[in-house]
Amino acid sequence: MSMKATIRQVDSVTVVDVSGRITLGEGCTQLRELIRDQLSKGNKNILLNLADVTYIDSSGIGELVSAYTGVSKQGGGLKLLNLTKKVHDLLQITKLYTVFDVHDDEVKAISSFSKPTT
Amino acid sequence: MTPESSVVEVTLESDLKNVEVAEEITRRVAVTAGFDEDEQHRIEMAVHESMINAIWHGNKNDSSKTVWLQFQIHRDRLEIRIRDQGIGFNPNSIPDPLESDNLLNVSGRGIFLIRAFMDEFRVENTSGAGTEVTMVKRLSSGIQTKQGGTDREHESHNSTS
Repeated sequence: MSMKATIRQVDSVTVVDVSGRITLGEGCTQLRELIRDQLSKGNKNILLNLADVTYIDSSGIGELVSAYTGVSKQGGGLKLLNLTKKVHDLLQITKLYTVFDVHDDEVKAISSFSKPTT
Repeated sequence: MTPESSVVEVTLESDLKNVEVAEEITRRVAVTAGFDEDEQHRIEMAVHESMINAIWHGNKNDSSKTVWLQFQIHRDRLEIRIRDQGIGFNPNSIPDPLESDNLLNVSGRGIFLIRAFMDEFRVENTSGAGTEVTMVKRLSSGIQTKQGGTDREHESHNSTS
C-alpha cells in the first residue's frame, strides 16, 4: 500500500492525514511534493497526522526531517500527531523524538501553533 | 551451517518494487523462526534497509542486476545474507546520525537502523562479486522454531517479476 494523504484546514493549521507507507520512492516523493505544495500556498503551519502510517523507513524519516527543516526555514512549523508505536520507536532510536513537536491530541496540537515556542 | 538449520534462498531482480517482496519473505521466515511481532518488524526493517542499499546504492537501480538473499534458520538465531552486484562500501565511513551535527541530515540512517535492530552486522566487499551483508538476530528464548528445526530444507528460485 503506497502513501495516501488527505488535507484538512482547521483554523490556521493544515492537517494532513497520512496513511500507508512513507518509504523510498513513491511515498517519500508524495510527501515532499505535498509539503512543497502547501508552502507554495502559504500554508506554513502543518500538522502531520501519522495515525494510519503502516511503515516508515530511514528515507521516510529523512523526508520528515526535510519537511521539518523546510517548513521552519519558511517561518512556519511542522508538528506530528498520533504516532504509532513503530514510528514512535524509530524517532526515539534516531533521537528525533526531541526534535519534533509530537502530540497525541489533535485539538491541543492545533492550539499549540498559536502559542509562542519556548 | 548445522544439519538442524533450514535455508531459504531467493534471487530478485534489482528493482525497488521487490523490496516489498523481500519484506514478505522475511516476515514469513521470521515467524517460522519463532520471533515475536516486534522482533519480526525489526528484522523486516533491517532487510528493507539492506535491500534499499543493495538496489539503490549497490546496483545503482540497474534492473538488469540482481539481489541474492539467503535466510538460515538455526535453533538459536536467524542469519540473513544479502548480496548485490555493486562495488561495495565501508559502513564505518558513514557519519553517526546521532551526532548533533548530523541529527537533521536527510539521509544516513539506514545502516544505523540495521545495527540497532540486529545483533550482528557485517559487510564483505568481494572484488568483482559484489557486496555481501550478513545480519544475525538471536532468539532470546532458544528453541522456538515452529517447524521443529530438524529438517534441512533448501529453497532456491529466481524472480524476475
